[in-house]
Parts: sequence; structure tokens; C-alpha cells
Amino acid sequence: MEKNIRKNHEQKNHKNIRAIIECYEEIPCDPCEIACKYGAIIIGKPITNIPVLDMEKCTGCGLCIANCPGLAIFVVCENYTDTLGTVSLPFEFLPLPKKGQRVKTLNRNGQYVCRGEVVKVIETKSFDRTPVVTIAIPRNKVDEVRGIEIPKR
Amino acid sequence: MNRWELIVIGSGPSGLTAAIEAAKNKVKVLLIDENIKAGGQLFKQIHKFFGSSAHYSGIRGINIGENLIKKAEEVGVKVLLNRIAIGLFKGKKVVVKQGLDNKGKNIDIFEADKIVIASGASENAIYFPGWTLPGIMSAGAVQTMINVHRVLPGKKILMIGSGNVGLIVSYQLIQAGAEVKAVIEALPKIGGYEVHADKIKRLGVPIYTSHTIVEAKGNLEVEEAVIAKVDKNWQTIPNTERIFKVDTISIAAGLKPLIKLVRMADCKCIYIPELGGWVPIHNKNMETTYSGIYVAGDVTGVEEANTALEEGRLAGIAVAESLGYLDKKIACNIKTEIWERLKDLRSGPFGENRFKAKNKIIREY
Repeated sequence: MEKNIRKNHEQKNHKNIRAIIECYEEIPCDPCEIACKYGAIIIGKPITNIPVLDMEKCTGCGLCIANCPGLAIFVVCENYTDTLGTVSLPFEFLPLPKKGQRVKTLNRNGQYVCRGEVVKVIETKSFDRTPVVTIAIPRNKVDEVRGIEIPKR
Repeated sequence: MNRWELIVIGSGPSGLTAAIEAAKNKVKVLLIDENIKAGGQLFKQIHKFFGSSAHYSGIRGINIGENLIKKAEEVGVKVLLNRIAIGLFKGKKVVVKQGLDNKGKNIDIFEADKIVIASGASENAIYFPGWTLPGIMSAGAVQTMINVHRVLPGKKILMIGSGNVGLIVSYQLIQAGAEVKAVIEALPKIGGYEVHADKIKRLGVPIYTSHTIVEAKGNLEVEEAVIAKVDKNWQTIPNTERIFKVDTISIAAGLKPLIKLVRMADCKCIYIPELGGWVPIHNKNMETTYSGIYVAGDVTGVEEANTALEEGRLAGIAVAESLGYLDKKIACNIKTEIWERLKDLRSGPFGENRFKAKNKIIREY
């Protein structure tokens, strides 16, 4: 797993925004391949192939995020501002954070990383109740942050 | 009407697709289910499904259920709910009791040319001191409570079992507002998909592998769960105990095929641990050793909804073919396509063993 994550991050595209597919097991699943309008995610046959991202084709649009049943796709932007980057992630909990809200961000093990600010919340019909939340965080944290704390109800 | 060309027992994913495929081809189909709503476990599955996007993947189970029920109505499947098939008599007679509540004492006997048994599976229990305390229940029960009835069984949960059921129900408990204290797994590695495990890890839920439950403690209901590490001989290692303050312990220890009706019809069975235990032998048409009785879904070996949907389709097509409603060549083509898709779904490290086990069943026929 650790090795896979490192490998994933070594590859960057020139636009500095791209999907990160954290799906490392051969499971029978392919909605991400269909979801990508740009043909940037390739699974092919058999359906258990691990998805491969074509860095040149990926625009970082984020359509794949809500379409992944495993909630394993994130979109990472390295240069949102001079100091900040963003991570877009699926968030299937209530209450849904609002734009401008300060949130606690978490790593892959649910441990606190840093404070972040919600810069975008997208919830469309095609996302089918998997809203996508984009958080701005310091640039050096974009490879680490993979979640946000569920706000208290 | 007490005589039908096809009676399908169980309206889960495989029962529904069997009924739909047969009815689409003009077979007169009666679908029986003990629940008050058709759809089986699909209505508990609020998550998006894996699988091929050509067939329902990325869609939530509840919506797949709704689509299938609508389709069944459209093609003219007669659905009888709140009816339990309690027996199968020689000559393909299905004995049906009304209601789960024992109010209706009426017994009806339906006759059929063909029968598809799609009775599914039941959950395994595990036994430990204190396991009868209120608050200890199966993961399936938890899932029914939170997702169908919208009742939270507890606030602080220990989940036993890290297969996909344990992982998914943990995630859904958190969605419902509970705190999952930990997931424990007796094996040295997580049983389910990594992506499902990652979802709850990101929320800070620890997964203890090589751990078992030692005891549940509490006065009137469960208050504490004691877990401990196990060695490779499944013995608990002294001084490795951990105590969790919980009000609910959920058990996700696998499933076994519900083969009571299959046994009653004297269909030949085979013991395959990878598929959950005793399963009926069947051929590539899903027909058992009792001519005219077919099986589909978890009753033929515990898998998941995608394979169940496909097996149901196979059985439905085979029934339509054998009743003369479907040309042999066309049926053959459809069946070949379905088998191709099943092969895909059973590939990869998680499907390999099931693929081999399923082939063994067909070889035994």
C-alpha cells in the first residue's frame, strides 16, 4: 500500500491538477472508466484490471470522484495559490460542509493533519448523493490529506 | 390460480432477474417472498455497487431493487409477498404459508412446471461468553435497522469481522451517526476489499487483525467488549486484552446458503467451504439434480449481488428455453454472454477461489 501511494505521487502532469486513484486491488469494477469523459482512466479487459490514469488526458475535472463506488479517487491540485493546494474528496455524511467553512483535515488513517478551508462543494444529480468537497490546504499536505472530520450534529 | 409455469421462491436479486427473464419470454411466473417488500437484501444496500458498468455498477443497491421491481411488474410477473414457502412436495408442489406473524394460518399449495429456488443465505453466528446480552446482533440486522427502518441500534459499536459486510456496515453506521470503536478480524489480514477498509480507516476506525472477541460484559445489556490477540492456532494470547466501552456488538462472520428447500426436494448437494458450506449441485442452466428445479444466487454459494443477478438471468433464460418459449440458438447465445460476464466477475484474487469452486459444482453434476 505505502509503495503504491508513493508510486502514485511520483507521477505528475504538467497542469499540476490530476486524479489520484487509490485502488490497488484487482476487484471487478469499472465505473470510473466510463465516468471519465476524456478517456483518461483505462481498465480494459478483464474488468479486474487495476485502473490506470493517462496523465496527459486527465484534466482534474473530478467527475470520477463521485462515480467510484469504492470512494477511492481524489483530485489533487498542487498550485491553487502560491502557498495553497487543494484536495477534492467524496463526502457522504451530514451535515455537508459549506463553502468557506474551516474544517479539520484527516490523513488516510483518520488522524488530524491540519486546518483547511472548504472552497467548493458540488452535489449534482449525476453524483447520486455522493457530494464532492474541495478543501484548500498548505501545498505540502496535498499528498497526505484524504478526509475531513465529520462536523458535529 | 394455483398452477404456474414457473414459481420463483425468493425475490432478492437472483429471484427477481430469474422471474423477469422468464416472464419477458412469455412464461407465466409467480414470485413468492416472505417479506412485505420484494428486493431481498437490495433495499439494505445504500452504497454504490461494484461490478461492470454495463450491469448496474455505480448504482446504489436500493435503486437496483426499485428498477427490478418495476421491470418485473412491466413484464407481468405475479408477486406474492408476505408468503413463506415452507415446503416442496414431489411433483413440484410448493407449500406456501401466509404471513410471518402466525395470524394467517392458511396453507396454499401451488403447482409449477418449473421452480427456481432463490432462497439466499443466512448469517453465521459466533459464540462467546455474554453473547446473548441485548445489544449483540448480526451485521445484517444492524443494516436492516439503520437503512430500512432508520433506527440506530446503538451509539458505540464494535464490529466483529472485516469482510465486505463488516466494513460496509461499519461505514453505514457512521453515516447513520454512530461511532464505530473498532473492527476486529481473527485472520491476520482484512477480509474485504481494501477500498472498503480505507473508507473507514480515513474516518479513524481502527481495524485489529489477528484479534477475537473474548467476552461481552454488561448487566441488562452489553456495556463492554473484551478483545484479545490470537496466535496462529486461534488461541488468545494472554495479556493482550483490550476493553471497549460499547452498547452494540455487531457480528459479521460470514453467511451460509439457505438450502432447506433444496434438501426437501432431494437435490444433490456438495460441501464447499469457500462458498459457505453445503450447496446444491447444478448444471450450466442452473438446474439441480431434480429435473425442473433450478437454483440461483447465494443459495448456490455465497457471493455477491452482481453474480446473483447474472445467475438469476441464466435460470430465467433456461426455464424459458425448456418450456419452449425461447429458440435454442438464441438462448444459447444469451447464456454464453452471461457466463462470460460471470467469468469476469469471478476473476482477480477475490474471485478466483469462487470461480474454481463454481466450476467444481458444475463438474459434479
